[in-house]
Amino acid sequence: MRLLTHNMLSCNIKGVTNGFPLRIEVEKSMEKEVDFNIDFLKSIFSKVEWTALVEAARSLGYNDLPEEVVDSSTMLESSDFLKKFHHALLELHLEEGALICPETGRRFPVNKGIPNMLLHEDEV
Amino acid sequence: MSSRPEFQAPPEIFYNDVEARKYTNSSHIQHIQTKLSERALELLALPGDGIPRLLLDIGCGSGLSGESLSESGHHWIGLDISQAMLDVALDREVEGDLVHGDMGQGLGLRTGVIDGAISISAVQWLCNADKSSHEPRLRLKTFFGSLYRSLARGARAVFQVYPESVAQRELITSFAMRAGFSGGVVVDYPHSTKRRKEFLVLTCGPPSVSTALPTGKVEDEESCSDASSDDGDERTVSISERHRPTKKRKLTKKVRGRQWVLQKKEQMRKKGNIVPPDTKYTARKRKARF
Repeated sequence: MRLLTHNMLSCNIKGVTNGFPLRIEVEKSMEKEVDFNIDFLKSIFSKVEWTALVEAARSLGYNDLPEEVVDSSTMLESSDFLKKFHHALLELHLEEGALICPETGRRFPVNKGIPNMLLHEDEV
Repeated sequence: MSSRPEFQAPPEIFYNDVEARKYTNSSHIQHIQTKLSERALELLALPGDGIPRLLLDIGCGSGLSGESLSESGHHWIGLDISQAMLDVALDREVEGDLVHGDMGQGLGLRTGVIDGAISISAVQWLCNADKSSHEPRLRLKTFFGSLYRSLARGARAVFQVYPESVAQRELITSFAMRAGFSGGVVVDYPHSTKRRKEFLVLTCGPPSVSTALPTGKVEDEESCSDASSDDGDERTVSISERHRPTKKRKLTKKVRGRQWVLQKKEQMRKKGNIVPPDTKYTARKRKARF
């Protein structure tokens, strides 16, 4: 699972109002190379929750992302920043581990890179 | 037993290891799935500026439909309930991310992040109650509600569906409309039972010019006059047949005259047969009222 997907997923349990971001518990992570596409990065940037991405990248052991983006238009012109952003968003994969709901502490296990977001009957 | 898979077992049980492999390895299904997902992508009408988008594939299965998305350069997230199908997708090394989840429980995505959603032959599964806790209406409502929230404004969602009946199609459509979507059904090849495919094309947001429904594909222009859009073809009766001139009855039957009958009777008499006498009624034409 890429951090892009992690950045979009939120906890879906009934009654949970603040199910984002899911905390990452890492057992195994990996990196896969993906083609670099500036247009995509620029268009997806506005949709990404930056602090959640920084947090997630850190839990996978990648600390190069800046803490916060002050001036996004100039940052998006810098190829150094874009490369880091690209790496964190698309190339870091969580293979084994779990996602943990920040509100209820519910564990969603991740096996072979697939998070299991199925809910129990009493959670729907 | 019915040939529809959704009548046989719940999706996570029906698509077991064997069925998932069978499904994915069949070249016929591969071909159909690819064509359907290409058409769905076309109906999504993403702006043609070449920028990859983040799409959602609901009921992605083994990733056959996702492959078309990858080919067009888009990033996608696939959701499926069958673990076996997802395992096959892993083996095939699809490029999108996979999530094991149930669409009837809601999608669990943040608000307004997805640029478009496709779903190939999946939504009709929602209409079945496979567990005692399942209530199809509630599940449809949850699904469309969560989809509406996760889509960006103006984004489209295209569902290829095989509704079992008109009522089922209306059920699905009505819950989509209640969730706030605008749009309707596009029917490709409405006159062919085999090639006929239905797409539910939904747009996030109120109706406007940009949400106008695309028209379905047809084989030839002449035959589509009464069923070009929506499900109007179910209700309108074609009256073109009535105006066709009735065929003239062919008058090729040879009518043999009185002379011929008398001659035959004479022959029979010579043979010694008992033949009624010749009268004024012999071989006389019937009156018009018969």
